[in-house]
Amino acid sequence: MTQTFIRTEMLPPEAPPARDSGAIKWLRENLFSGPLNTILTLLGLFIVYWGLSGLLPWIFGGVWNAGSLGECREIIAARTGGDGTEAACWAMVRERWHQYLFGFYPSDLYWRPTLAFGLLFVALAPVLFSQFPRKMFLLTLAYPAVAYLLLWGGSVWVPVMLILLVGAVFFIATRIGGGWGVTTFVVLLLLCFGNPLGNILWFLFRLVDALPFVAVPVAFEQSVLGFLAKIFPLFSHVHPWIHSILPWGLTPVNSDKFGGFLLAIVIGVTAISFSLPLGIILALGRQSDMFIVKSLSVGFIEFIRGVPLITLLFTASLLLQYFLPPGTNFDLILRVIILVTFFAAAYLAEVIRGGLAALPRGQYEAADALGLNYWQAQRLIIMPQALKISIPGIVSTFIGLFKDTTLVSFVGLLDPLRGVTMAVRADINWKGIYWEPYVFVGAIFFILCFSMSRYSMYLERKLKTDHR
Amino acid sequence: MNEQAAQKMQVSDEVAIQIAAMNKWYGTFHVLRDINMTVQRGERIVICGPSGSGKSTLIRCINRLEEHQAGQIVVDGTELTSDIKNIDKVRSEVGMVFQHFNLFPHLTILENCTLAPIWVRKVPKREAEETAMHFLRKVKIPEQAHKYPGQLSGGQQQRVAIARSLCMKPRIMLFDEPTSALDPEMIKEVLDTMIELAQEGMTMLCVTHEMGFAQAVANRVIFMDQGQIVEQNEPKEFFTNPKSERTKLFLSQILGH
Repeated sequence: MTQTFIRTEMLPPEAPPARDSGAIKWLRENLFSGPLNTILTLLGLFIVYWGLSGLLPWIFGGVWNAGSLGECREIIAARTGGDGTEAACWAMVRERWHQYLFGFYPSDLYWRPTLAFGLLFVALAPVLFSQFPRKMFLLTLAYPAVAYLLLWGGSVWVPVMLILLVGAVFFIATRIGGGWGVTTFVVLLLLCFGNPLGNILWFLFRLVDALPFVAVPVAFEQSVLGFLAKIFPLFSHVHPWIHSILPWGLTPVNSDKFGGFLLAIVIGVTAISFSLPLGIILALGRQSDMFIVKSLSVGFIEFIRGVPLITLLFTASLLLQYFLPPGTNFDLILRVIILVTFFAAAYLAEVIRGGLAALPRGQYEAADALGLNYWQAQRLIIMPQALKISIPGIVSTFIGLFKDTTLVSFVGLLDPLRGVTMAVRADINWKGIYWEPYVFVGAIFFILCFSMSRYSMYLERKLKTDHR
Repeated sequence: MNEQAAQKMQVSDEVAIQIAAMNKWYGTFHVLRDINMTVQRGERIVICGPSGSGKSTLIRCINRLEEHQAGQIVVDGTELTSDIKNIDKVRSEVGMVFQHFNLFPHLTILENCTLAPIWVRKVPKREAEETAMHFLRKVKIPEQAHKYPGQLSGGQQQRVAIARSLCMKPRIMLFDEPTSALDPEMIKEVLDTMIELAQEGMTMLCVTHEMGFAQAVANRVIFMDQGQIVEQNEPKEFFTNPKSERTKLFLSQILGH
């Protein structure tokens, strides 16, 4: 028999049934739901207690006021009656914290890196948080020059002329526009900041020298190269001239004075800011239809990823100098920054490629069908989505990059972990101190990296518009 | 249909799309074989056929989402070659609606509609927004303008996709199975929008299996199989008196239940 049913009235929605709630219920459900869960809960609590009961007294029972490691040990022994209980000797941190932060930067100039660090947040604010006014981006653009002046000192006119020259070249290039604009931009930049003619001639002379029976007279070679080196780069003639009229500047500080977290942050922040655009370009290059562009991108990515970072750092400190024409003298920190940037960019390129691959084909097709050109489609449709998907991977790479800055100790730079700690241990007062520097440096790294991680989670939540 | 609409639906003599001896291969697979067709301005053409017959590929060739290897396609007097300028010109004149909508999920409905006019047509933002609201009202969802695509139903998303194409003021609209991914209840709202568009005189090429739509607005139905045009006729004749055996079989299968 068929059951006929006709609903005469639609049911209104109701609130879900009220269940028992509160802390007791949560405990019962999450910690003590069964015999196994109860055992695991108790075991877990015991492990946490065991770990913390050893660690916390060591940390919080540490000695802050002492002049040496020996003095620390005496104070601890006196307090505990010599029962062998150990405690941290934070007195070392109290006495040497400035070296961990600034390396051998002159102590009367500490305000300069500190100010640069403070301004970093002003410069980052409009990049990281959209609620800041757009005009603040001008500050962000000016920040590299300001930070350079504050950190390395020297004539005010170096960063000022740098900004003005790059601005002027950029202005001229955009006026011309298109492919010729890009060409003009590159050529003018090379003339301003490099010696392109001299370098090309230098390579030509090397090539000619390599041929049998042909030799360029050394005197001729040197006079030509020397003459060009006197003219170029144009930039290096401008700022000394202005400086001779208006000698404004800050005390110069050499790169070998940099160390500790100052060094780690300088390398980390610069490499992070440059590796993202480079990584995007490499990821796009790898997907390109143009054979040469694609091959170069793949070759670059695979080579850089296939080589340990330390190899690249040694290249930066030793080999790079052999490949560059004589007279080019790059600062070691700059060379390290360049190779750390390359290293991170290769990883980022692959992370971003993953994001690109996750986008449905339809997005490209819709952008094409609407008549957007390649760069418009990339900038407005593809990249915003691909980068959003890749945020966790990108931030992981950034965190990895930041921690890898400690590897620069291998090329003789004073990184906070090994470099500064070795310097501290070389002091007779702190000889033999072992855990404290690592715990201290580790804690600071943790705070910085954890902040990056939290920011990435904030960004993911904010950009979540797909409502899946 | 009122008189005014009927007048607008007149087909003009002007040629909108001219396809001559066009062939396309996917690798070694010959997907489109010797396609010849002329579309006059104001025509509403429905293309149907079994899956894999090349109907989607055909209309995707018209805005060069697919490249043809032989023959000629001229859209609005511009021939499609590998010249990017021509391709961009054609694409900005030809609107396309996809089976899976392909809205941009990171932009609001309004931004979806204003993006191309602002960046391709260089329309000022305010003006582009006014146009977008005009078309969103037309597809009857102006109140959703500030939501994201993921918050809308399939039918609403497809209507947004139509509005987004219209914002570029295209002279030709291509529809690639616009209702195939929709629930039955939502198909009607999309078809109504398309019928309205047809009555305003838009030149339309539509790949669809909605035979009711074909009978209501199409002035020509093209049946494709194995990459070739098997039969084309006016809808009444096509449905009541198909000539080819293949067409008869196809019609009996889709109308048979």
